[in-house]
Amino acid sequence: MVDKNLTVAKTGNEAMAEAMRQINPDVVAAYPITPATEIAQIFAGFVADGLVHTEFVRVESEHSAMSAAVGAAAAGGRCMTATSSQGLMLMSEILPIASALRLPIVMPEVNRTIAGPINIHCDHSDTMFVRDSGWMQVYCEDAQEAYDSVLMGIKIAEKAMLPMMVSTDGFIISHCMARVDLIPDEDVTKYLGQYKPETWLLNPDKKITLGGLDLQDYYFEHKMVAIDAMYKSKAIIKECCEEFAGKFGRNYDFFESYEMDDAETAILAMGSVCGTAKVAVDNLRKDGKKVGLVRMRVFRPFPAEELAKTLSNLKTLAIMDRSDAMSAGEAPLAIETKAALYGRKKQPKTHNYVFGLGGRDIKVEEIEDVYKEMLDFTQPEKNFDRKVTYLGVRE
Amino acid sequence: MDNLAEIRWHGRGGQGAKTAALLFGEAAMSLGQYIQAFPEYGPERMGAPVQSFNRISPEPITLHCGVTSPDIVVVLDPTLIATVDVFQGLNEGDSIIINTEKTSAAISEELNIKDKGINVYTVNASGISKEEIGRDIPNTPMLGALVKIYGKLDVEHVLVDMKSKLEKKFRHKPEVIEGNLKAIKRAYGEVKS
Amino acid sequence: MENKKMGWKELPDADSMSAGTSTEFKTGDWRSQRPVFHKENCIHCLRCWVMCPDVSIIVKDGKVMGYDYDHCKGCGICASECPINKKVEFEKDKCAITMADEKEFQK
Repeated sequence: MVDKNLTVAKTGNEAMAEAMRQINPDVVAAYPITPATEIAQIFAGFVADGLVHTEFVRVESEHSAMSAAVGAAAAGGRCMTATSSQGLMLMSEILPIASALRLPIVMPEVNRTIAGPINIHCDHSDTMFVRDSGWMQVYCEDAQEAYDSVLMGIKIAEKAMLPMMVSTDGFIISHCMARVDLIPDEDVTKYLGQYKPETWLLNPDKKITLGGLDLQDYYFEHKMVAIDAMYKSKAIIKECCEEFAGKFGRNYDFFESYEMDDAETAILAMGSVCGTAKVAVDNLRKDGKKVGLVRMRVFRPFPAEELAKTLSNLKTLAIMDRSDAMSAGEAPLAIETKAALYGRKKQPKTHNYVFGLGGRDIKVEEIEDVYKEMLDFTQPEKNFDRKVTYLGVRE
Repeated sequence: MDNLAEIRWHGRGGQGAKTAALLFGEAAMSLGQYIQAFPEYGPERMGAPVQSFNRISPEPITLHCGVTSPDIVVVLDPTLIATVDVFQGLNEGDSIIINTEKTSAAISEELNIKDKGINVYTVNASGISKEEIGRDIPNTPMLGALVKIYGKLDVEHVLVDMKSKLEKKFRHKPEVIEGNLKAIKRAYGEVKS
Repeated sequence: MENKKMGWKELPDADSMSAGTSTEFKTGDWRSQRPVFHKENCIHCLRCWVMCPDVSIIVKDGKVMGYDYDHCKGCGICASECPINKKVEFEKDKCAITMADEKEFQK
């Protein structure tokens, strides 16, 4: 038996909308897009039912949604929106403005590939497209983590004064109903407290101008402030994860290490595929294979030192990307991980796999095959004839 | 993962295959199980063949790939058998429940699968639905049949859970709630191998 | 006059600055022509006050008092928008606002 009020069956989208209800933001401005539509749709229901005091702005595009969010956050409100794929791309012009103005907007994002060809299913191309926009990025494995990460996101964003997108894998998580343990409303309210920005546009006692023209003489310095904030946000994330674990008992970090203590070979990946990979690890461990998994959660700020330290004792490492960098040599997660490892005395032999584009399913057996290739790769003479293996694409 | 059960539902757009998977998942969860319930998202058209899936386990489920070798297949519409390979991924010892007036022996004979070791169950869910609910909505009786074949959920508890869900949905139609509960109970009793 | 530029560590979070700083930025020295007020011809319709892009028309109790030469850039919009000026077809003696060469005031 379970507590029916707190242990509920929810899809990823429902879980994120539920978190938004508990957050009760001042302003939500959103525009529908598959597979994220439900988040704003369910939340609009909460507004209509009077369960939240939020001002819900029905905008005419994602560009407007993000612009409205920037305006509302600059005015001093706790502000949220939600989107996916093409919607995120339409927002992309405004995203760096939100981060440069240091506005703690938290945005549930549902990972969907980007057109063309047009496709509504999961890969990470959309968020990778805006990875340098100055937004913190958290990739969740399941609905429970999405719920927790949105709540934690508010706290982290407001402390770091940086916006954050919290993403789930489109359909695989966003539309999969699963067990989610909720935190009671009053505990969430107490945990988050009131948003008290240091400066805000609607403060008559301390008038400010935001977003002034900034030419050769000051742009670099102002940008440097935002860059520095992103570096500094790492400590804030660490601290907030510890606080969350202490209060609610669920542990999160920059990345999750699964069976890594004595692992000789491992997979590094993000999102729902890691859950499937855990089953592959369990299966191979039963055969005595020393394999592990590192699941990246926080891609921005990129935890370079921590990650390099965890990975450096491995013999081989497969980095699995759910997006491609179009001839950059390797895909985004691999590029950044290898940059983090570069120059260290001890580092694993790595190989990059790109998989699951456009929602292509990946099965336990395919992941086991990757591990087997990696175990084989531990032999010094073994090498791949190309830098990236495109997994599951027909030739 | 040894205690993990995977279920695939076959239906036609509008027959409630997705709803049935969600209801079954929620009922299992209220009994303390970990669950997943998800449809296959393709073109959504009334009458087109659709699938939905469940995973049920006493331990947390981390699998996020598609269900390719289910333990139980539920077929809401027997006419699908001619166009869709409803047996795909079924192995020896697995089960299939079909909504039909025919006996399982007749179906096995017809489809020539006697030697495959698949347990074939049948129940006239459409007939039960027409009698108890007044319309051919086979998803709730098929849910009753699944509870029987899955065998790990207490049917009385499932009925209590279903009642509270249906009460929320059909507040102004008490006869629908009663009909659905009766249909579940009858199919639970009438499903046969 | 060269101000010392701040380093990034001295800057506030966000590219925010205190509001109203444009009052400290004297744009009056950009002017090549300046508006001259002829009080006797003015009907205080305040059209110049509405149209002035630099908020440089000084008004007190609903009456035009003169111009803020610290910030007036001498664009001449006030003079060209003045209904009196139009009515008298810019005949110098009858205008409420005339534009004069700035050089004459620099001597």
